[in-house]
This record gives sequence, structure tokens and C-alpha cells, in this order.
Amino acid sequence: MLENYIIHIAILICIYTIFSVSYNVALGYTGLITLAHVALYGIGAYTSALLTRAGYPFISGILLAGVVAAIFGFFLVYTTRKLKGDYLAMATLGFAFVAYSIEINWTGLTRGALGLPGIVKPALFGFRIGSNVEMLLFVFIVAVISIAIMWRIVRSGFGRLMEATRDDETGVEVLGKNAFAIKAKAMMISAFFAGIAGSLFAHYISYIDPGTFYLTEIILLLTIVIVGGAASMRGSIIGAVLVVVVGDVLRLFDLPSVLIGPSRHIIYAVLLLCVLLYRPRGILGRVDLI
Amino acid sequence: MLIKNVFKRFGGVKALQGCSLEIEKGKITALIGPNGSGKSTLFNAISALITKDRGKIELEGEDISRMVGYKIAKKGISRTFQEVRLFKHLTIRDHLQIAISDDESLIKSFLVFDGISDKRIQEVLDRVHLDKPLGTFVTDLSYGQRKLLDLAIAIAKPHTLLMLDEPVAGVNPRLRKVIKEVLVRLSKEGETLLIIEHDMNFVMDLADVVYVLDEGRVIAHGKPKTIQKNKKVLDAYLGE
Repeated sequence: MLENYIIHIAILICIYTIFSVSYNVALGYTGLITLAHVALYGIGAYTSALLTRAGYPFISGILLAGVVAAIFGFFLVYTTRKLKGDYLAMATLGFAFVAYSIEINWTGLTRGALGLPGIVKPALFGFRIGSNVEMLLFVFIVAVISIAIMWRIVRSGFGRLMEATRDDETGVEVLGKNAFAIKAKAMMISAFFAGIAGSLFAHYISYIDPGTFYLTEIILLLTIVIVGGAASMRGSIIGAVLVVVVGDVLRLFDLPSVLIGPSRHIIYAVLLLCVLLYRPRGILGRVDLI
Repeated sequence: MLIKNVFKRFGGVKALQGCSLEIEKGKITALIGPNGSGKSTLFNAISALITKDRGKIELEGEDISRMVGYKIAKKGISRTFQEVRLFKHLTIRDHLQIAISDDESLIKSFLVFDGISDKRIQEVLDRVHLDKPLGTFVTDLSYGQRKLLDLAIAIAKPHTLLMLDEPVAGVNPRLRKVIKEVLVRLSKEGETLLIIEHDMNFVMDLADVVYVLDEGRVIAHGKPKTIQKNKKVLDAYLGE
């Protein structure tokens, strides 16, 4: 029983690690103050779930989850290209609301509040993942590959341009670099991996509904990135472990289920406030977001 | 470079009112004028950081009036700002790698490690006499060192015209001498420079041609010695 619980936590940690590192690519490394990342994660989850429910193989589901999320990521950057800081945050929050509304109201596609049940477990090359141990191994491999790719990007010359764009867009343009293109590419990479994380989540939990990707999830994600530290991949990994474990530890107490959800959000909010007050850069953060 | 009849208005303020200049290749051209005369606005209009209302700008015969900022920079305009603009979380090495490299391809940079060697970066720093380890973060540099790095970045970026906005503002006399020597050497190497500077002695010593701006118009231009005796200039700016 406890073993299953630990495996479940480990799977969530792997998924949230991909999700939070991808968010850090946009927020910490490129300075895109976006609150739409949960929507992109949801878009990935729905894309993959709908495709596999329609009979397409899992591999096309997960890859297209990333691609579709990346397309929406581009759309987001393109439509908000004149905005920065708080205004960008508000516009991206609007995008998250629209995505949620579509998920809940386009019942012909998403089944609305009823959600999508029976999402199959991942299957690759004729092998279907059955047990949670196999699932853990699979999400761990995907997490390692995803983080390795994102790590290589942020450590490359392009990653340096992302960081320069975060610090001073005009300064980047004056050096002959297209700041919009840099932001668009960074956002697409970030959205792609958010979509991958969403797909993994959908195929692990096997049921999704719009509530899974509601705005409260952004608090969880922000907590991970801010606690771990902006522009630090190791920070996001530590943040994901810490926040998932702290959030889930409530299950060990004999609390009524109606209290677990709100208590979890209180813990995240307190954690977030403590870090912002006493260690604004987080555990391993390299930059100030504000 | 030819700047023809450039106009720019900010609300009720006429910042540029038909400003025209010709910047000769291989020469140092200085742009002087009292505060608010439109010098920095003209720099920003050339590099498309602001949209001008009217006028034409040509670089080596090509009309760059409607180009966006980064394309103008790619065409060969390199510039500094009155207030030093550096990327606050990056190192000296990062800055110069960005400046030197004209590549922003994601796939290429993913596959290939940095092609710009530390030796090449060090050469640029040596040119401006900035003696600091390449891994130093810019926040750890003094104002003068940041000014030198800013100059190094502008020199390192591929360019045909170097526009410097008050290169010696706020620096000590020793550093001013260093910067002056760097600019003289650049000029001898055939570089084209356009400089805004308030320090009259610095400008008159250095420039081949001086343009004087007042209320967004060129009120005089010519060799420094002629400008120093121009009555309009004396009235508007020098006050001597």
C-alpha cells in the first residue's frame, strides 16, 4: 500500500518536473510572465486523450500534444507581443480562462464537465504499460529526456539570447537579434514540454476534466518555480519534489477529504509567501522575477 | 549615411523638425547641441527604436527608413546608449558572444557548441583596455568598466557605422583618455563614427565634422574650428 503510494508520488514528481522546468524556460529564462501554462498543459492532455480515444496510437498522441500546445504557445506570444510584465500576465490569464471555458463548454469534443474517462495507459512499440512501476519507469525516462533537451537549449547560444531578452529586449534588438522570434521560439519549446507533461498526466490518471486544469493549478506551478528559483533547472526539480511531497503529505493525516484540497492550497500559498519574503530568488534561483 | 528631413513629434513637443545630416565614411562625425535639442531622439530614430513621423534614412545607398530595429542593426548600425544598457544577469563573455555572433538559430545552437573562442573575446576587451575575467557578471563592474564593456560590445558587433551616445559621460579623466585613444585608433582603422557628446573639448579634439542641433534642427555643420566660431552655435549652445 505504502509502496504504491510512493510510486504514485514519484510519478507525479516526474510529471510536475517536466511541467515546472518547461514553465521555467518561459518564465525564468525568457522573462515571459505567463499565467497560461496550465492551459497549455490542459491542451496537451486533451489533445492526447482525444487522439488515443479516437484510436490513434499513444506515440502520435503525446507528440501531437506537444505540437498543438506549441502552436497555442506561438499564438499566445504573437497576440501578446506588445505586452510586458503585469499586462502580459493579465492577458495570459485571460487565455487560461478562455481555454477553460472552451474545455467546459465544447461538450461535443470534450464532454464538458463530465470529462474524458477511460484514457488508455501509454503503449509503445506494441508494449502497453500496465503497472505503476512500469509507468514510473516510463515517465522517468521521458522526464530525463525532456530535461536534457531543455537543459541543452538553455545552455546553448540560443539560451543566452533568451536570457538577454529577459533582461533587456531593446538591448537584444540593438545587437541585431529578433527579440520577438526569440520569445516565440522559447515559448513554443516551453509549451511543447507542457503539452508532453499534460499528455503523461492524462494517460497516467486515465481521466481528465476541465477542473484538472483550472486556474488554481497555476498556484501550484508558480510555487514550484518560485520555491525552486527562477532560471534554475535544478531549482525546478527540487521545487517539484518539495511541493508535490508537501502537498500530498496531508493524505497521511486523517483529514476529511473536503479539507484536503483547500488545506493544500493554503500550504502552497504560505510556502510561496515565505519564499517571496525571506528568499525572493528561491532555493537556487539566479534572477529576480520582479 | 544620409539622413534627410527627419521629423518627430512627441505630443506637443517637436523633437525633430526636418533634421538632415550626411555622415561620411571613415570619419568621426560629432552631434552636439543643448539638452533637449533632439540628439538622442535622432539616434533612436536612426536605429528605429522610435518611429519617425517623416523623413528618409539611407545606409550605404539603401533606404532603411521603414526597417525594424533589429534589421537596421543587422545592416551594420552598432550603437551605445547614454545610460549603459547591459544584460544584468549575464557575464562579460555572454555579452560579447551575443554581440559577435550573428546567428540566432535554435537548431544550430542546439547542435553546435559555441564557436566563439575566449581568445577572440579577449582581443575585443584588450582593444578597450578592459581587464576583467570573462566570467565576471556585469553587476560586479564599476560604472567606468561597464562603459568600456558597452563600447566593446558596440565594436564587437559586426557594423559599418558606430553610433556612440555620450561615450565619456560620467567617467574619470583617466578613463576618458583611454576611450579617446580607442576612438582615435578606430578612426585610423577606417571606422565610421557618429558621436553625441557634451564635453566640448573632447568633441572638438576628436571630430572631423561637427553638426549642431537646436530645437530639432541642424543649425550649423562643418569642421570643429569653424563651428567654434559660428555665432548661431555660440548663441544656442556654447554661450561664450
